[in-house]
Amino acid sequence: MTKKSTLLTGAHFLNGDVACAEGAIAAGCRFFAGYPITPATEIAEHLSERMPEFGGIYIQMEDEIASIAAVIGASYTGLKAMTATSGPGFSLMQENIGLGAMTETPCVIVDIMRGGPSTGQPTLPGQQDVMQAKWGSHGDYGIIALTPSSVQEMFDLTIEAFNLSETYRVPTLLMGDEIVAHMWEKVVIPPASQLRIVNRKKPLVPPEKYGPFIPDDDLVPPMACFGEGYRFHATGLTHDEHGYPRTQSSKDQSELVTRLCGKISKNADEIIKVEELMLGDADIVVVAYGIVARSALSAVRKAREAGIKAGLLRLITLWPFPEKYVAKAAKQAKALVVAEMNCGQMVREVERAAKETPVVFLSKLGEEPHTPREILEVIRGNV
Amino acid sequence: MAQETVHPFSKYLRSAMIPHIWCAGCGNGIVLNCFVQALDDLQEDLDKVVVVSGIGCIGRTAGYVNADSFHTTHGRPIAFATGVKLANPELEVVIISGDGDLFAIGGNHFIHAARRNIGIKVICANNFNYGMTGGQQGPTTPLEALTTTTPYGNIEHPFNLVHLAAASGATYVARWTTLHLRRLTQSIERMLEKEGFCFIEVISPCPEIYGRYNKMRSGLEMMEWFKRASVVDNFYDPSKAEITPEKIVVGEFVNIEKASYEKLLHEKIAQINEEKVEW
Repeated sequence: MTKKSTLLTGAHFLNGDVACAEGAIAAGCRFFAGYPITPATEIAEHLSERMPEFGGIYIQMEDEIASIAAVIGASYTGLKAMTATSGPGFSLMQENIGLGAMTETPCVIVDIMRGGPSTGQPTLPGQQDVMQAKWGSHGDYGIIALTPSSVQEMFDLTIEAFNLSETYRVPTLLMGDEIVAHMWEKVVIPPASQLRIVNRKKPLVPPEKYGPFIPDDDLVPPMACFGEGYRFHATGLTHDEHGYPRTQSSKDQSELVTRLCGKISKNADEIIKVEELMLGDADIVVVAYGIVARSALSAVRKAREAGIKAGLLRLITLWPFPEKYVAKAAKQAKALVVAEMNCGQMVREVERAAKETPVVFLSKLGEEPHTPREILEVIRGNV
Repeated sequence: MAQETVHPFSKYLRSAMIPHIWCAGCGNGIVLNCFVQALDDLQEDLDKVVVVSGIGCIGRTAGYVNADSFHTTHGRPIAFATGVKLANPELEVVIISGDGDLFAIGGNHFIHAARRNIGIKVICANNFNYGMTGGQQGPTTPLEALTTTTPYGNIEHPFNLVHLAAASGATYVARWTTLHLRRLTQSIERMLEKEGFCFIEVISPCPEIYGRYNKMRSGLEMMEWFKRASVVDNFYDPSKAEITPEKIVVGEFVNIEKASYEKLLHEKIAQINEEKVEW
């Protein structure tokens, strides 16, 4: 072991993109393919320096479509693989994110959200891609999306994203925003021995008995890799458990797509993470995620100081949607307040889970997230 | 007692995937046959071969070969294969796909993989049209050809694929027709033994979907055109090798030595880590 090829164990002052890149290294990622795009470029820049130090691969592809395709190829060849982009690139990747879901490819896609639609505001934050994260590729499929609120979480949740993608054989999305990506904060990187790192299940049967899509009880099939002698086939077409095309069979379509959705929805309790703050007796619950959750926490604290029973439900997992947590908070609260940097996306899911409890939506677009004062006013108005 | 006869190439094919989907008179089976013959001649270790295809009739080839294989989204086999080759440079990564997949929707990936000189081997079955979707005009459709989307005759200039490949930096560029079985097989063998990005164009008959609109209703008639028009001329200038009704120049146009991307990458990684030891 040489000096450079070790984790940056210790406390550091980093920006979110660099923390994400270091999280990928720590998670065991050894393949990165990407294309420059603000505000995610620093992830690529940092990995172009760090990957070779670990014997890993960094390659700049010709576009984002190629980047995600190469990531899927590398994952099928046994490496943990990642790409990082922002809105326009995320849109270009959607078809192959569907391919990743269909071929059950463990991989991580980082989307540092900026203002959209189209080229939008490249250097400003947004939370406008969160529904695209769930529904961006055509067809039905399960997906996992996490959303960091701090530079520390850019590190921690990148590792978590790899662990989840390896566990469930599914593309996993890290939905950051321009502020968490570009701001500098203290990050504590534990020694490698203290990190929980998950690797995909390997087949326990010989090649002649192996089917690349024969699931275990958790609905996730063990994964062989190219070059290991299993000689298997995978396709974006609807396929059977051996990976052979079944384009005319209703039964195969139904079984496959149901399982692709089910392996995420049935394991949702294992996957979902939220942070519940001051919810015990809360009359007003703010639901927020990403950078907005930090303003929301400040607003909730100020409300408490003013004697208002406010609480914060911070979503860490966006998909699968933490509806049980929202339903629980809604049951006791008089109202929920959803603050997000878009024209109303996750609020739809919150409304669905909140049932009869009123949900107030607070939109913010442009340079800054909601100020604590803006959220506090809505809390006050709904007591 | 009659012995069960086994085709000598059975071990190279996935019997569960056969019969194939291709029409009578299609050239794709010949491409597959020559590829498998080349694997057999070279005694390639099938555990170390990965076949990647995109979308289209020939795109089903990946599934027919009894090696690790992947059938990607439309146009993306080269980008996918780039990830495979870099993740494990020991693997022989072969792309077998069509002209529409590799040069229309996937054209950008082709020129950049050739420029980088990634060691993947590309076989393109060029049938002058989009066969699987019913015969639409594509990037190699000849001028004035009739297709289901050029009912008045094609007015787009076609790509000269060998010129494009050579200009983009490929280390090996050849063109054959499905009539040139022996030469195509030898050419695939030479390609498999080369370092860097390699390209073989195979002019392939599509009588059912393309030929029928262009006065070549049967596979035989299309093969007769190939026989009449093709001229073997190795090291012919690929920029002048445009396909016309009168002339199809075939042969090896480029065969040069150039360090592959994966070789340079791993040398660089080793160099960085050596310096690190001293540091």
